[in-house]
Amino acid sequence: MTRRAFKGQPSEGLTDESRLVDGLAFEGLALARGSRLLFQDLTACYQPGVLVELTGPNGSGKTTLLRAIAGLASPAAGVIRMGRATDPEDRASLAHLLGHRDGLKGALALRAHVRFWAELFAGDAGQIDDALALVGLRGLSALPARVLSQGQARRLALTRLVIAQRPVWLLDEPAAGLDRAGKNLLADLIDRQVRQGGLVIAAVHEPLGLPAQSLALESLKP
Amino acid sequence: MIRALMSVYRRDVALAWAGGGGAAAPLGFYVGVVLLLPLAMGPERALIAAAGPPLLWVAGALSVLMTLERLFQADLEDASLDQLLLAAAPLELAAFAKGAALWTALGLPMALVGGIASLTLQTPPAAAPIIALGLAVGMAGFISIGLLGAALAAGVRRGGVLIAVLVLPFFAPPIIFGAAAAAAASAGEAPFEGAFQLLGACCLFYAALGPIAAAAALRLQAD
Amino acid sequence: MITVFANPDRFMALSRYLTPILAAAAAALFAWGLPQALVTSPPDYQMGETVRIMYVHVPAAWWALGLYAAMGMASFVSLVWRHVLADVAARAMAPVGAVLAALCLITGSLWGRPTWGTWWEWDARLTSMLVLFITYIGYLALWAAIEDAQRAARLAAILCLVGLINLPIIRFSVDWWYTLHQPASVLRLGGSAIDPAMLSPLLIMAGAFACAAASITLLGMRSLIHRRQALAAELRLARSAP
Repeated sequence: MTRRAFKGQPSEGLTDESRLVDGLAFEGLALARGSRLLFQDLTACYQPGVLVELTGPNGSGKTTLLRAIAGLASPAAGVIRMGRATDPEDRASLAHLLGHRDGLKGALALRAHVRFWAELFAGDAGQIDDALALVGLRGLSALPARVLSQGQARRLALTRLVIAQRPVWLLDEPAAGLDRAGKNLLADLIDRQVRQGGLVIAAVHEPLGLPAQSLALESLKP
Repeated sequence: MIRALMSVYRRDVALAWAGGGGAAAPLGFYVGVVLLLPLAMGPERALIAAAGPPLLWVAGALSVLMTLERLFQADLEDASLDQLLLAAAPLELAAFAKGAALWTALGLPMALVGGIASLTLQTPPAAAPIIALGLAVGMAGFISIGLLGAALAAGVRRGGVLIAVLVLPFFAPPIIFGAAAAAAASAGEAPFEGAFQLLGACCLFYAALGPIAAAAALRLQAD
Repeated sequence: MITVFANPDRFMALSRYLTPILAAAAAALFAWGLPQALVTSPPDYQMGETVRIMYVHVPAAWWALGLYAAMGMASFVSLVWRHVLADVAARAMAPVGAVLAALCLITGSLWGRPTWGTWWEWDARLTSMLVLFITYIGYLALWAAIEDAQRAARLAAILCLVGLINLPIIRFSVDWWYTLHQPASVLRLGGSAIDPAMLSPLLIMAGAFACAAASITLLGMRSLIHRRQALAAELRLARSAP
């Protein structure tokens, strides 16, 4: 797979307002799923420009934590502060969330997906082709998403991350379904986001092969 | 923000008609139900003329119900709902945009079809545009409050019947005003405007209430 | 430790005594009011003896509406303060309200036979009550359809609140509809001013219905709380097993 420079990406990195000057902080955070407490007393602070690898066995709350950071799930206790934002809706507008499911509509063309995300996340609709080229799907841009393989679908989902700049990426097992080249692409994207002063939190089963801080949820078991 | 909402709107309109026309099925259902009335009552003109306008409204309400089940369920299942929650626009307005898309893809065509079908139900041709206009407004009301039902039952498998039970009480006011306006217009009576204004007021209220309540429910579904 | 089940101990201690007390009060009020309502109160000059149905019909209608309003308040508390007792209260009131609405519809239908000569008249009040009954059914169906109790509670609370906002609109539209289609010649249930000799048994019966509804609601709340505790215990047991 050929990889081209992402033309529109400003070389100086994220703009000031989209950079999280104060980083991401958890204060006494506890999360629950239904009536079950997943973990408690998570207090931590991450500065901009780091990759945090989130580990823990199945059911330890990795997905719920990512969703809580994004403002989708509400904590049972404690505070999540993203930059200066503590309000869930404000946090939601600062983050990208890449979950287990890619959120694709089989009937729509690849290009329509990227355009939708560009507009939905207030990104740059002028870079649709570049974004598709970046993930190696430019040649398929007119095809409906239903014909994609699992790895291709995941790569299409990755265009969300680059079509609109957001300071925080929340990735839930992002390498799942990706082949070797796809994993390299993912590592490149994360690396670039981190070096631009972004913050990446990735739930992983095995390390992504990048310099990373680690957050192990099993140590917080209630 | 406007751009984000327009993209939600365009995408849903495209999805409604993608893959051979998903919105064609409820339209067909609408015509089918309308067809059943003369078959059930016999072809006598006076009977059909009296029953026609109410039937157009009941059939329209039922057709809207049919489309509600998948409205948010599909987005919840494939995680598109998460994207709407992270969007650069409030979820309330995104829900409104989805409702507007459904109205464009289904409500408007149904109003047109209803206007034409009213002719087959012995309505005077002069009343057909009024009936179609009333249906267009009424569909907006049905869809707006239908958003709430669709959002509440988004996580429920085969939630169609549940949505119907949740939403039908809310359908009472628009159907009362709408069918009354249609009947008055069809009978050639002048004062259909009163009913029409009440229909408009009611649907406007639903258009404000429905998306807000639906968004509250959707936030819980995503939690 | 988070308290997912906000401590309901005080409620359980209180309701343990309050439930039978209210039940006894209901029994006493029925014993006082029923003979008056059914025997000693005067027959209506127009409707004759059939007016006695009113002593069941009208309190049922009042409390079917009243319970929905109370559910709306509980739903508001549930959404704003996320109090579990409010969820349980709203859920426990719903079947009582639904039964009262059904009772109102059934007695209304029975009353319709001698008054209007039909088992069902599309009277404005009866029609509104029918809509309320369907609203109750929808509320209960939503609770039943969603497995996670917490999510079911919040979603049902949203539905209940929106339904409460909508109730006056439905009422207005149905009244409007009725006057449109029906000339005012038909006799309306409870339409005219009421004789004091009828008012006192009516109020006693309303009090009896209120006590009975409150007692049954408390009983339902206690049973729901016990069920939640049992479920939590099952979960704990399952998790402690290897």
